[in-house]
Amino acid sequence: MDGHNAGLLAFAAAAAVVPFLLPNDYYLTVLIVSGLYTILAVGLNLLMGYAGQASLGHAAFYGLSAYTTGILTGTHGWPVWAGIAAGLALSTAVAYLIAVPTLKLRGNYLAMGTLGFGIIVYIVFNEATELTGGPSGLTGIPKLNVAGKVFSSDREYYYVVWGAAILLFLLAQNLVRSRMGRALRAIHTSETAASVLGVDTQRYKIFVFVLSAFYAAVGGALYAHYVTFVSPSTFSFGTSVLLVTMVVLGGMASLWGAVLGALFLTFLPEWLRAIENFDILVYGAILIACMMFLPGGLAEGAERLWGAAASLLRRAGAAGRPAGGGSAG
Amino acid sequence: MTAASALLQYVISGATVGSTYGLAALGFTVIYNTTEIINFAQGEFVMLGGMLAVFALRWGGVPLPLAVPLAVLIVTAVGVLVNRLTIRPVQGRSPLTMIIITIGVSILLRGGAMLIFGKDTFSLPAFSQGGPIDLGGATLLPQSLWVFGITLLTVLGMKFFFDRTLTGKAMLACACDRKAASLMGIHVDSMVTLSFAFSALVGALGGVILAPITLTAYDVGILLGVKGFAACILGGLGNPFGAVVGGILLGILESLGAGLVSSGYKDAVAFIIMLALLFWRPSGLFGSARAERV
Amino acid sequence: MSGQAHKEMYFHGDGISLRFGGVTALSGVGFHVRRNSLQAIIGPNGAGKTSLFNVITGFYRMDEGEIHLDGSRISGLAPHVVSRHGIVRTFQNLEIFTNMTVLENVLTGSHLLAGYGPLDFFLRTRRFFREERELRERAEGCLDFVGLSAHRDLPAGQLPFGSQRLLEIARALAAEPRVLLLDEPAAGLNMKETSALGGLIRRIVDRGITVVMVEHDMDLVMRISDRVLVLNYGEVIAGGTPAEVQKDPAVVAAYLGEE
Repeated sequence: MDGHNAGLLAFAAAAAVVPFLLPNDYYLTVLIVSGLYTILAVGLNLLMGYAGQASLGHAAFYGLSAYTTGILTGTHGWPVWAGIAAGLALSTAVAYLIAVPTLKLRGNYLAMGTLGFGIIVYIVFNEATELTGGPSGLTGIPKLNVAGKVFSSDREYYYVVWGAAILLFLLAQNLVRSRMGRALRAIHTSETAASVLGVDTQRYKIFVFVLSAFYAAVGGALYAHYVTFVSPSTFSFGTSVLLVTMVVLGGMASLWGAVLGALFLTFLPEWLRAIENFDILVYGAILIACMMFLPGGLAEGAERLWGAAASLLRRAGAAGRPAGGGSAG
Repeated sequence: MTAASALLQYVISGATVGSTYGLAALGFTVIYNTTEIINFAQGEFVMLGGMLAVFALRWGGVPLPLAVPLAVLIVTAVGVLVNRLTIRPVQGRSPLTMIIITIGVSILLRGGAMLIFGKDTFSLPAFSQGGPIDLGGATLLPQSLWVFGITLLTVLGMKFFFDRTLTGKAMLACACDRKAASLMGIHVDSMVTLSFAFSALVGALGGVILAPITLTAYDVGILLGVKGFAACILGGLGNPFGAVVGGILLGILESLGAGLVSSGYKDAVAFIIMLALLFWRPSGLFGSARAERV
Repeated sequence: MSGQAHKEMYFHGDGISLRFGGVTALSGVGFHVRRNSLQAIIGPNGAGKTSLFNVITGFYRMDEGEIHLDGSRISGLAPHVVSRHGIVRTFQNLEIFTNMTVLENVLTGSHLLAGYGPLDFFLRTRRFFREERELRERAEGCLDFVGLSAHRDLPAGQLPFGSQRLLEIARALAAEPRVLLLDEPAAGLNMKETSALGGLIRRIVDRGITVVMVEHDMDLVMRISDRVLVLNYGEVIAGGTPAEVQKDPAVVAAYLGEE
């Protein structure tokens, strides 16, 4: 085990005790939602932060999986596990079909291609009323149940969501720290140089696009069986933009950044509710300020804070040492 | 109505809405050319143009012929302010950072508009009186003539500005190579300010001419921004002429989609065709397919 | 076929033509590089040297001609497939991965030398650890070879320009190429660095790698090359040992014409 896994283990331990420290169940709900966004942001960061390929349509994969399992389990009475499996399969299959032509586009053209795809899917959610329930949404989706065990309480669901988030984080971390992770970062800076070294750039881009869509699909399935209701507005262009913002604000090419970005942008609106009406203004202003003053994102900001705290501790330790050293000697 | 006149009708109403997309796209293009930023607040400039004109008229009692230029002027000032306060202080950062900043700006502007103007939908009176004009079975609103006229004048004015004036040429030079431009003695900062002013201006213009036809509200900027972005990508990012053509084309596609397929799917039809066009020409219709330089 | 003839035919291109619209960039260019030798390609600006590299590495699709390496045809292949045949290049305008450390850059060079797949890295199998250890040892060896070991954990973008050139060479060496193409390796280097580079390139040849080098620095070319090929206006105008080429009237005329 190395430092990276130790960090994740510490985080998992902290996540495990948090529910016992919360003043009320309201925060549990917010934490579950931020866990879902963590899964999405970590997946999107693999695509954007590491491989440098933009997607402004990730909400579509989130929604495709949520709707698929919602329709199959809610409307057609499939078992939940089968609905989720179908949701993941459909979402990733669509991602593959989209990736092949779309990833030939570059930069802002790729952003537009994925944006267009996201909007098309969003319109289908709205218009295919017989299937999706249209703008008013789809109700009657069952709670998550596995082998007869129903996860009906928020606390149980918290562990399901964060368990999945931590597992997917671990997999992402293993990918990043491998020859594939290096190849993706190489593609980010110079596709030319990467291909000279034997990296099949198009294949790798497709792989990471589909993988990040899979992450979004896991988030979508977990969302559907938590809220038990899905409606198009959850999977709109605004959600795709929010995900990109989480990745960039958290820190490009930083998995911890994705976690921080997801937590921060889920909690911020909740905190701002107190100043109703003005919340949106303050939200916008904080977003702008963060981007202006933390060029490396929240991850780098946290790292700097940590560094400052550590050096402060060291200095305090050094000041205290002569006396302590004397007594030990 | 015959099939031909119905088709003509779709084209006319599509081109009217598309003109606003085109002006929004022009705004995207100008800022992109000097800064490489995709300005997510562009749609809010369009929204503010329409909303400010409505409120100058209603609250301020400003007559329409004055309210329109006043609204455009205020939005232009907002554009300059946005650059001063949020973009210039962080110049030199990656375009992506600045793009997220413009997302923050768009949230601010939208939120501000909601607080000041409320959540209702408003309409602006048409610029001139008179009933619809019959055009071989299709009808043409007088306001559409205003839209086409103002769009055409804007494009001609822009062409003159870039081709004939020193400042315009300097802006194009910044677009080609910022560093070289600054070495040639061009003040890049002022060019960026100018580009924000220009984008806000054409965006607001697009919003104000369309408001009498489509109604306006504090949240119309999101979709107009998306359409503007789509239009400038379709035309070929960086090409002002392509942006306007892309906008009009997108408007017509949408209108045909609404008329021939279904109104619910009109955007889907437009975007599917747009994606097909992009796969066919990955650098846009009028974009230069730049050869990869190794 | 005698052994000597086979050695002659190790890496060769024949009748290579490349046109951009109406402009002819390369016209009937042929070259023969012996195994384990240092071949320089020179010529005035715009002679087609870098175009030739781009054709060899698959970035440009030639209109006519063929290229073979050790008996197998490599023309018409995509860049990442060409590199699978053991041809790796550096770039005139550096293409360093600035978002990685120096060591990670070189590790990326060995991309093809590890065979583990997604299951291995997701699940951290024994194969993953074994192959990563091998990559690391190789990468450290390459950094040592070019003299950048001390900077291995530095972000690559922070290296001085001259060291970035060396890093590109180390990264290419980490791919264990059969043929290494160097595109103006001395451009931007000072005299001392250029002289050290000359020694380094010879040592690369000594490692058993065939080197083809496009270079403007005539002193360097004449000092270290085994053979020199001269291009002008997309055509081969001379070829031979440095001494032969220097005396060739066509070469003298081409270079004088440029002045």
